[in-house]
Amino acid sequence: MNSTNFAVVAEGLRKRYGDKAALDGFDLTVSSGTVHGLLGPNGAGKTTAVRILTTLLHADGGRAEVAGFDVARHAEQVRYRIGLLGQQAAVDEILSGRQNLEMFGRLYHLPAKVAKRRAGELLERFGLADTGTKAVKQYSGGMRRRLDLAATMILAPQVLFLDEPTTGLDPRGRNEVWSAVRGLVAGGTTVLLTTQYLDEADQLADQISVIDTGRVIAAGTPDQLKSTLGGDRIDVVAHHADQLPAAAAVVARIAGVEAEVDPDTRRVSAPVQDRVRALTDLVRELGDAGIGAEDIAIRRPTLDEVFLHLTGRPTEEATV
Amino acid sequence: MTITVPEIPRTPLQRLRWAAVDGWTITRRDLAHWARQPGLVAVGLLFPVMIVLMFGYLFGGGISVPGGGNYREFLMPGMFAMTMVFGIEATFTAVSTDAARGVTDRFRSMPMAGSAVVVGRSAADMLNSVAGLAVMAACGLAVGWQWHNGVGDALLAFGLLLLLRFALLWMGIYLGLAVGNPEALMAVQILVWPLGFLSNIYASPESMPGWLGAVVEWNPISATVAAARELFGNPGHGGDSWVADHALLMAVVWPALFLAIFVPLSIRRYRRLSR
Repeated sequence: MNSTNFAVVAEGLRKRYGDKAALDGFDLTVSSGTVHGLLGPNGAGKTTAVRILTTLLHADGGRAEVAGFDVARHAEQVRYRIGLLGQQAAVDEILSGRQNLEMFGRLYHLPAKVAKRRAGELLERFGLADTGTKAVKQYSGGMRRRLDLAATMILAPQVLFLDEPTTGLDPRGRNEVWSAVRGLVAGGTTVLLTTQYLDEADQLADQISVIDTGRVIAAGTPDQLKSTLGGDRIDVVAHHADQLPAAAAVVARIAGVEAEVDPDTRRVSAPVQDRVRALTDLVRELGDAGIGAEDIAIRRPTLDEVFLHLTGRPTEEATV
Repeated sequence: MTITVPEIPRTPLQRLRWAAVDGWTITRRDLAHWARQPGLVAVGLLFPVMIVLMFGYLFGGGISVPGGGNYREFLMPGMFAMTMVFGIEATFTAVSTDAARGVTDRFRSMPMAGSAVVVGRSAADMLNSVAGLAVMAACGLAVGWQWHNGVGDALLAFGLLLLLRFALLWMGIYLGLAVGNPEALMAVQILVWPLGFLSNIYASPESMPGWLGAVVEWNPISATVAAARELFGNPGHGGDSWVADHALLMAVVWPALFLAIFVPLSIRRYRRLSR
């Protein structure tokens, strides 16, 4: 395998905790300059994978390379080339943003002057230049996360690991982080992003690997993953709940497979092959059967549906 | 601006320099904390002074010093040791907060010397302890305590007290890393307070029931306190048992034992922090 084109390569990684396998033959390749989403529910092994790839944890088996260096044998080389954004903002709350960045710069062994200048640049770039001497504990969640991100960027890493970067943030904080990540990617940084939010993977990732019980069970672009469900889907929202069985029968006849029915939203849904013909047939047959529809739509499947299809159970987000 | 990735050191000497520089960066981080929270630092330094006043004047009249002598002269070496022992709480809180917030993970994912975080922490805490000891000594002089055997012995006594702090500090680092939750401070206090009170800090073991006196005499803290009383020439040291007669020796042996256990444990724990 030619490692130089890949920022991250993992082959058959295994890690056990007691009698539970956190990783069980985990394979992953991430091309340089792309954003790769590692998508899976809580406890699927996402964080364990990130901890091994960022040299925090030794694997029980398998091997991994990051930025061209083996994570077990050349941990120090790897550490100079990565940034890690953990699940919480790992910054010193008592110090100011500038003091934090200067300290981390010094710990990357930058000369004092360079560390100072770099701190100033990064504060500017992440919109924190006017925070002055304010302690980080007075920052908002989004600001704290941006400072956290700035700290990972001190050496302009080749590979950035983001472990559930927006968990616990409000929508505004989430948008702030997303736009910061997009900015980094435009600068050529490779990003490996773990998330349990499907829309986050959909928004940011070029490639997605779906992980469940310690192993990658599907991989591809968001569009490819959605296609695994059989292309487009048709949705009908019935006017009255008592018409749902009849509507389901019509949709099933047109789709050729059984339709999914959600009584709460009065929605009937099924995959279809020929979208235009399905739509015209559906409108006519619903009219013939006297079923009133509130809404009819052709759409791409959501990643929620992909996940349900692959694992046989819904995501955390979908069950909340 | 482009950032040049610094060279990774190759020779042992370069590595040592690296470790020292990284450790100092971590120490400076703590000094910056003091500068940003002067009120908290003042409270931390003055709390033991309040205890001295409480015991020295409020309860002191009811406690007799074996062989006679001023109770406050007897009390001060004990109070010095108490300041050293309770320092473990600050160490634990700082280390476990970093572990819980993911700061420790960030440090571990950076190309720093593996020893820097723990060594930097211990240096910062020792500086804090020297400041605490200086405040307490000034307080002692103000309430009538003195050293009577010359500056050399007095410095040796302060050295033994700092050695005790240094040894317990590593216990604090280990517990902080192992527990990784600052809210567990209560549990540490349950461990530390009996250690502080079941000692000869406030009262002489000779005034206690036989079995309790023996437990107190073998308490590592008692060894340091007895040695300090001996070196300062303060009343209330010595006794009939072997351990009371060898306080100076034990004041070195106990901390050495703690260090032999908790330094390797802490470094190992830091390197393979993995949950």
